[in-house]
Amino acid sequence: MNRRLAPLASAIETVLAWVLGLAWLAPLLYAVWTAVHPPAFATRFDLGAPLTLDNFHRAWEAAPFARYFLNTVVIVALIVVSQIVLGTLAAFALARFTFRGRDLVFAVILLQLMIAPEILAVANYRTMKALGAVDTIWGIVLPYLTSAFGIFLLRQTFRTVPQDLEDAARIEGCGTLGVLWRVYVPAARPVHLAYGLVQASWHWNNFLWPLIITNSVENRPLTVGLSVFASVDQGIDWSVITAATLMTSAPLLLAFLVFQRRFVQSFMSAGLR
Amino acid sequence: MTAIEATDTDVGLAPRVAAGGRRRTHLALALLAPSLVFLVLFTYWPIVRVAVDSVTLTTFGSKTVAYGLGNFARLFDDPAFARAVTNNLIYAVGTVVPSIALALALAVGLEEATGLATTIRTVVFFPVLIPLVAAAALFLFVFLPGIGLLDHHLAKLGVPRTNWLGDPDVALWSLIGLTVWKNAAYYMLFFLAGLQAIPADLYEASRIEGASAIRRFTRVTLPLLGPTFAFVVVIALVNVVTQVDHVVVLTKGGPSDSTNLVLFYIYQQAHENFDTGKAAAATVVSLVALSALSVLSLRTLERAVHYET
Repeated sequence: MNRRLAPLASAIETVLAWVLGLAWLAPLLYAVWTAVHPPAFATRFDLGAPLTLDNFHRAWEAAPFARYFLNTVVIVALIVVSQIVLGTLAAFALARFTFRGRDLVFAVILLQLMIAPEILAVANYRTMKALGAVDTIWGIVLPYLTSAFGIFLLRQTFRTVPQDLEDAARIEGCGTLGVLWRVYVPAARPVHLAYGLVQASWHWNNFLWPLIITNSVENRPLTVGLSVFASVDQGIDWSVITAATLMTSAPLLLAFLVFQRRFVQSFMSAGLR
Repeated sequence: MTAIEATDTDVGLAPRVAAGGRRRTHLALALLAPSLVFLVLFTYWPIVRVAVDSVTLTTFGSKTVAYGLGNFARLFDDPAFARAVTNNLIYAVGTVVPSIALALALAVGLEEATGLATTIRTVVFFPVLIPLVAAAALFLFVFLPGIGLLDHHLAKLGVPRTNWLGDPDVALWSLIGLTVWKNAAYYMLFFLAGLQAIPADLYEASRIEGASAIRRFTRVTLPLLGPTFAFVVVIALVNVVTQVDHVVVLTKGGPSDSTNLVLFYIYQQAHENFDTGKAAAATVVSLVALSALSVLSLRTLERAVHYET
């Protein structure tokens, strides 16, 4: 219909795309600008402004970010490994065993799907107190060590594994756990990876529960450390706050830039917690 | 329920399988046990606990007495709770509708993997990956009256300075803006996946029939994205109920409760006012809302997951 208008339309589309992209990126660009220039240039755009890494240095010195990073890495590793291992075992039982009450167990597990631990934080706090786990790394990770969604996702995956593969492994002398290890775990590798990536990014960013359950520097993850840092410690030294904010977000952003396709596919296939 | 039917069908081959069957049952339970233990400890037990707390009152002598629906009465009498529920509803509509509209627009606009589209996709996905706390810290600066990013640029257009987080009429909308910025691209991914699943010959057919681009969109794209829509709406609503990190960092529910959301209200009652009963009653209300959502989502989830893999 409108051949002659087509180039114009596509030009408009391109411009719109750029405007949208820039608008979306503006807060981050602003943060980068502020973080790599001296505080005097925090709100002044001057292309001649000197570049500096001093803000990052000052942020790193002003709060125990090394400790926060370490805590976050430990927390994320514990949660992701545990969810994958426990989820695989449970999903295998639900996908390939027939036993009385199986569907009931599955229904009970699914109940947890939408009941996010955040809602139950108050009650869980009291459980942690009884367990002596308040203000510990264990206190942070315990409510997340297994996930109904992980079990659900892996069960779906296991059900698509052809019975022939399992039979072949059995003929070669594999026991039940051997079958799990030799047939099902390899078949689920892409799902494990996708799910692990999504969970890692989710727990790297998790905030409310760690805030409630910790009250000392030794056990705080990055997110809680950053919130304390941004609210109390610094007054309104934007340069240092933005530097700290970028430090906190950098590992995931860099990982995303490097493994982009993997990330996108993971979020598409396992993008729920 | 269906469990009974499942075991009934096994009866036919009973005797020979029975011994091995029992061993397999034990093995299955052993495989399930660790997950069940954690689920019971940190999901089901706290639900029971909250339910009990919501109908009891702990007095100063630490004596717990039955209190009937007293906590619920106190909760519903609390104007702050009413405010939090209203805020949450505004926040729900205010974040879910624009994020999903934007997500769909982005997905349709950026569907083709040209260089530019890929770049823009990457850029809009950044906010998804940064912690909500970090986003909130960045937006402290964006929202700063007078010299912040927003006011700085709006001033050039002649818009007077706004107290984005300090004005009770504006603050909730500032949080809504932040949330849309943070989440839209996440929902975009699901729409991209949904679009990829639409067979190309459907588009071809409508093109041959001479349908306009708009007609193709409303007659082919939208209907076929139905399951994706349902799925995304549910995820977005769960986020509305469970994410208050930005409230904690930016406003603490203020000014004058204008940005208080239900989860933050619960947190305040429990950890600032030490009113366990009220916090528990509010939690029960949230749980009922979430359960309603989860019934909705279970229906869509099974479909959506099949659909994507």
